[in-house]
Amino acid sequence: MAKPRVVLPGDIVDTHTHSGSDDESTMDVDAESRVLRLGPGLAQINDSVRATAAGICHSKDETQFWVTSNKRRYVAAEGEPVIGVVVARHAEGYRVDIGSAHDALLPLLAFEGATKRNRPDLALGTTVYARVSVANSLMDPEIECYNANTGKAEGYGELSEGYAIKCSLGLARRLFSSNAPVLVALGASVPMEIAVGLNGRVWINTETPATTVLVANAIKNSEFLDAKQCRQMVKELLEKK
Amino acid sequence: MVAEIGPSSIETAFILEALGKGVRVDGRGIYDYRGLRIACGPASGMVEVQLGQTRVLARVACEVTRPAAERPTEGTVQFSSELGTLAAFSLDRAVAQEVSIARMIERVIRQSRAVDTEALCIVAGEQVWALRVDLHFIDHAGNLVDAACVAAVAALRHFRRPDVTVDGGRAVIHDPRERNPVPLSIHHTPVCVSFAFMGKAGELVVVDPEAREELVQQAAFTVTMNAHKEVCALNKAGGVALGPEQIRRCTQIAVEKAGEITDAINAALKTAAAEEAAAAQ
Repeated sequence: MAKPRVVLPGDIVDTHTHSGSDDESTMDVDAESRVLRLGPGLAQINDSVRATAAGICHSKDETQFWVTSNKRRYVAAEGEPVIGVVVARHAEGYRVDIGSAHDALLPLLAFEGATKRNRPDLALGTTVYARVSVANSLMDPEIECYNANTGKAEGYGELSEGYAIKCSLGLARRLFSSNAPVLVALGASVPMEIAVGLNGRVWINTETPATTVLVANAIKNSEFLDAKQCRQMVKELLEKK
Repeated sequence: MVAEIGPSSIETAFILEALGKGVRVDGRGIYDYRGLRIACGPASGMVEVQLGQTRVLARVACEVTRPAAERPTEGTVQFSSELGTLAAFSLDRAVAQEVSIARMIERVIRQSRAVDTEALCIVAGEQVWALRVDLHFIDHAGNLVDAACVAAVAALRHFRRPDVTVDGGRAVIHDPRERNPVPLSIHHTPVCVSFAFMGKAGELVVVDPEAREELVQQAAFTVTMNAHKEVCALNKAGGVALGPEQIRRCTQIAVEKAGEITDAINAALKTAAAEEAAAAQ
């Protein structure tokens, strides 16, 4: 696995195999049969692979490449969980602000158990947790509050109490991974409910407003801290309380 | 279309519920001001102010113009503010805010006669200095007015204009390399302290509101004071009515906060002056 390196938009990313083998003939065969998978932040331009975002380029097995970057403006991508706010209601669905350039569409039927007769009733200003189902450069993004395969909500739907904070997209992504240090540290001593939207919004619900604010501050503070510093920071916050 | 919508219903409910229990959404106390950081320089009249996550860059420029006929011995000070998409997403709302902030700062500084405009006169009726203060908002995390005011007054105090000598009705403007530029004549340092009133009748009050608190506020109130505990301006544009008792209490809080802010400005200018002196040696 190649070392992660910093790339800037326009940089050519070297995707060739460096297996260290001296035998050139086997290497060529290997390179031709190889399928490259490019993740976010990379694009093929003519014969080379170039970075389209500033960040750190990772690779796996020398076939998968992606760039992790930190931004504040969300660009919808299929399958990602997001937290949005209902801003308008149409005949066929809701328009939801998910922090991207265009509002997302949330069809009335994209809820667990929803039928034409039995529709969910969301007021304007309602916060919802949903999954992006359609995302491309030509259409408005579409989101859904259920898993279309199983028909079950699976945790998606209206968030009826609690508080939602905004953070950078990089932080949201790190929180979403199963063992974010700050959440582990908080979870050890504070009972809480949390939902992470990859659009840089985090919903928090605890027993009292003071605890919710504490959790929110801990998450915001954790942006540039490592695991050890996170534990220390959470400990200090809890002591202050 | 990117419309900046108000806070969601759970946010509004949470902010008010928490505030009812004396808790603010960023964990501050009700009368706590956010951390203020003032960075002067590198150029004269260039000051960056950071109030929590709110950031403002102020830049002062000057040029020689003809004075207005009705005020032949007075220079002018103009303010402009720019709230780009960098700081706020919604454009139509930003334009209204831009104008109101620039006007507010202009009122605060010009009408409280903080800048001695007569000292900006070069030749009466012929030539005066026209100052221009540009305020660029880099990040909007609430309470732009207070941050902008600190940036504007600090920039005016940090600014040095070219020296001028008048010889028989003819003004000679000296190159800064030839003769050291001179500071402006500033009478006092007005600073703004903003309050947000929330709840149905505005019964919940906080100092230095952050962006979300500003979105749910029922009324905004700004007290402008200087270090001599003089009220320079009061500003309240719409919203629920406030009683005399509330205004008196705000003014009392503002006295204390204005003292702290003025000290911070003085300290920042002193550091900048010391650095400049060290660099000159």
